[in-house]
Amino acid sequence: MTDNTEQDQIVAEIGALHTTATAAAGPLPVHALRDFGPYRSSALRHPTHELVRADPEEIELVSPAFGHSDDLTIQHDGEPLGERIIVTGRVLDGEGRPVRNQLVEVWQANSAGRYVHKRDQHPAPLDPNFTGVGRTITGDDGSYRFVTIKPGPYPWKNHRNAWRPAHIHFSLFGSEFTQRLVTQMYFPSDPLFALDPIYQSIVDPDARQRLIAAYDHDVSEPEWALGYRWDIVLTGSKATWMEPEEGEHA
Amino acid sequence: MPERNDSGAAQSARHQQTPSQTVGPFFGYALPYGGGAEVAAPWSPEAIRLHGTVTDGAGEPVPDALLEIWGADAQGRPIDARGSLHRDGHSVTGFGRAAVDRDGHYSFTTVRPGAPAPGRAPYLLVTVFARGLLHHLFTRAYFDDDPFLETVAEDRRDTLRAVRDGERSYRFDVRLQGDGETVFLDFIGDGRG
Repeated sequence: MTDNTEQDQIVAEIGALHTTATAAAGPLPVHALRDFGPYRSSALRHPTHELVRADPEEIELVSPAFGHSDDLTIQHDGEPLGERIIVTGRVLDGEGRPVRNQLVEVWQANSAGRYVHKRDQHPAPLDPNFTGVGRTITGDDGSYRFVTIKPGPYPWKNHRNAWRPAHIHFSLFGSEFTQRLVTQMYFPSDPLFALDPIYQSIVDPDARQRLIAAYDHDVSEPEWALGYRWDIVLTGSKATWMEPEEGEHA
Repeated sequence: MPERNDSGAAQSARHQQTPSQTVGPFFGYALPYGGGAEVAAPWSPEAIRLHGTVTDGAGEPVPDALLEIWGADAQGRPIDARGSLHRDGHSVTGFGRAAVDRDGHYSFTTVRPGAPAPGRAPYLLVTVFARGLLHHLFTRAYFDDDPFLETVAEDRRDTLRAVRDGERSYRFDVRLQGDGETVFLDFIGDGRG
């Protein structure tokens, strides 16, 4: 039996922070809390002052133009090992409008849970046919799609017996720079969710659910790959949803 | 933990913000790209350097942070030229990305942007990502006094200034926490940015 005292402590800390957040007045924050103790690396890397409110200027209300010729999905001569999957979805703003022609970047571990990154010391095999990096530009309907390998979970050193749920990192640009988002996509029913302080740093359970792709049999292709659908919503500063005033209904 | 297999459909119906997660430690082979830090070619006559060190709450350099800058052109207008991922050696696209080195130091070459409006000072938007940072942080590197700086506590104002430290060189350090903590910005209005 593995001694999971440290893991139990992490889960207890997560539970306490969720309870505190739920008891606080106002809506639950959507984003991960920057100050989230169970994720040990956050201790010295979160600001302690409140953020200062700033009205975005024109430059912050637009995004860089990356262009159409930037699909750099890295290919190899051979087939990577693991479960081939298709991940697709749309990037939308808070009004449901597509975020068109914008850059989507992804990176992930291989099927054994190992990153190509030189600092990854997990003693799992590298795959000479898998790098795990891709870039694409969203279509006119905000859609993106890539074919990859289902990443494996992997250990990390946050606490003893710490394992990250399988995930794909995403970097996204909206139509305005204030919508910039770096996040992680997860897979349905991962048994590691409850144990993972990074996933649990989002205290709103509905928001956490939004990071989980849906298995979609309409995306799966026969004799080829299973399909997952994951839509991404970037609300930014313009589209902040306002509670309608009393009597404002049309 | 209950799982729904309809989360994709549910979110597209409500259009609720997708939450952030940390960039993690392993972005180094994925996000940086050749020429990413060279928003303007270093040999161009109008090029300036913006550089600095990212430190944590213990004052130690953060060796695995990633910074992005986004700025207007020399006239203060946003740039819609393509090519931020493939530098052609002469176009200035306004966007740059640089990973810090082992000492937490980053360096961009870019152009000094123009002021966004009369009476306003030029600045670059700086976005910070790092392992241990669960949601990126925005800040601004101002090249001159700006009315916005007046709205910031006086003892913290200087953290928003790019300080000239040489010929065409400006220093902008980022302190994530503690003494001299950088002022980080909330554009959304929810207090969390």
